[in-house]
Amino acid sequence: MEDRSAFIADLITRQAAVHGGRPGFLRGVCAAAAEVLSASGAGVSVMTDDGTRGETAASDPASEHIEELQFILGEGPCMDAFASRRPVLIPDLGDPSTDAGGRWPFYTPAASAGGLRAVFAFPLQIGAARLGVLDVFRDRTGPLTAGEFADALTVADVTVAALLDRHVQARDSRVREIDNNDYADGHRAELFQAQGMVMVQLGVSLTEAMARIRAHAYAQERRLADVARDIVARRLHFDTEKP
Amino acid sequence: MTMISPERLAKIFVEVADTLVDDFDLIEFLQTLTYRAASLVGAGAVGLLLADERGKLEFMAGSDEDVSLVELFQLQTDEGPCLEAVRTGRPVVNVDLGAAAGRWPRFAPRAAAAGFHSVHAFPLRLRSQVIGALNVFGTSLGGNLTDADVPVIQALTDVAAIALLQERAIRQGEVLSEQLQGALNSRVVIEQAKGVVAQSMGLTVDEAFVVIRGYARRHSRKLTDVAHAMVTDPQALARLKDS
Repeated sequence: MEDRSAFIADLITRQAAVHGGRPGFLRGVCAAAAEVLSASGAGVSVMTDDGTRGETAASDPASEHIEELQFILGEGPCMDAFASRRPVLIPDLGDPSTDAGGRWPFYTPAASAGGLRAVFAFPLQIGAARLGVLDVFRDRTGPLTAGEFADALTVADVTVAALLDRHVQARDSRVREIDNNDYADGHRAELFQAQGMVMVQLGVSLTEAMARIRAHAYAQERRLADVARDIVARRLHFDTEKP
Repeated sequence: MTMISPERLAKIFVEVADTLVDDFDLIEFLQTLTYRAASLVGAGAVGLLLADERGKLEFMAGSDEDVSLVELFQLQTDEGPCLEAVRTGRPVVNVDLGAAAGRWPRFAPRAAAAGFHSVHAFPLRLRSQVIGALNVFGTSLGGNLTDADVPVIQALTDVAAIALLQERAIRQGEVLSEQLQGALNSRVVIEQAKGVVAQSMGLTVDEAFVVIRGYARRHSRKLTDVAHAMVTDPQALARLKDS
């Protein structure tokens, strides 16, 4: 799992380097997602909590078109994944039992006409903090394998971390160090509790709260789990210090 | 542990099934189930863990949300009875924690230090898949499950699996994956809400949870909805503080 996460982070970074800058990073995510998930393409839309679309990227022009389509039409798997806070997995857009045509009467025929056969949308989120959606496109029908599904979740997680960290490269070994081990000690819940506490301490959004906690962990070279534990135990307050 | 009368058993299953009928909150339902399971066999604590698609076990609900107890559930992603039940698909029963340090070097001493004497885990099965486990801790010496207890607790565990299917009609494997990810994310929202309420009201996270749950019950609202409102709607938080 850790190795897989590192592998995917490296792949994103290599792909991102081709384009450069933050747009390059999002392009890198799309290219990496398309590669590890045997997809014909992928798209990422960064969104604010009210669903307003910000930056966007796609692996190729055809995918960019499909990604655009749902925002033009105001419907599609991406929007549903964002609204429902869960993945939307459509292995066959033409399958009557899935009824994609009923769910998205405008998107489904338009995307199908563009050659899309299957689509898998993954929210970029941590609990109630929403950052956008990753869309995976295929020109053939069929479900993601269990391994591909797990990889897609990992791509989404790496992307969320990178969007929060802004200036830190996904490849940076520090990312792995601060994220290291937050499951093994059984303290995972504390990270989210700390996120809620810091949101109130600083009067910022839930997303920004996690960004500040991560920034603190980098600056102090500490594991996220340890920082979270100090926040929950009230040994560390964010309202009295510069992040 | 104790003999369960058929009347009591029937009552509990009817109560549990009754919750499943209408629009229900999955996490709240699982909490009720763990609470019932604990009272049924006189257990010290009962928790329910779900496996995410990457094989990690996530705490979803417990008869008690005490921080140290949640840690005990959560750290079984690396070793412990739940991991064994998930891997083998078979219940793990009547393990003496005092003698289990060789089997689970990290988990057993911590569970024993928390005051538990015995531990049990029941696989949460869905068709051919094992998607989690129900974890039972005994506090008294010799507080073992009897042969008659085992199928009863397994049956309650199977009801939890049905609940996962029921929340939204499951047509196919894809929908189950969507469901599981949604449930795991809802759990994160609850942790975030604990942090927000703890910080706003000067409480511990354990106390914050009691406040959130009490508020949801008094207002007949879903726990997940109230938790979500706490992290996204400052006015909802203000109403909770005033109540």
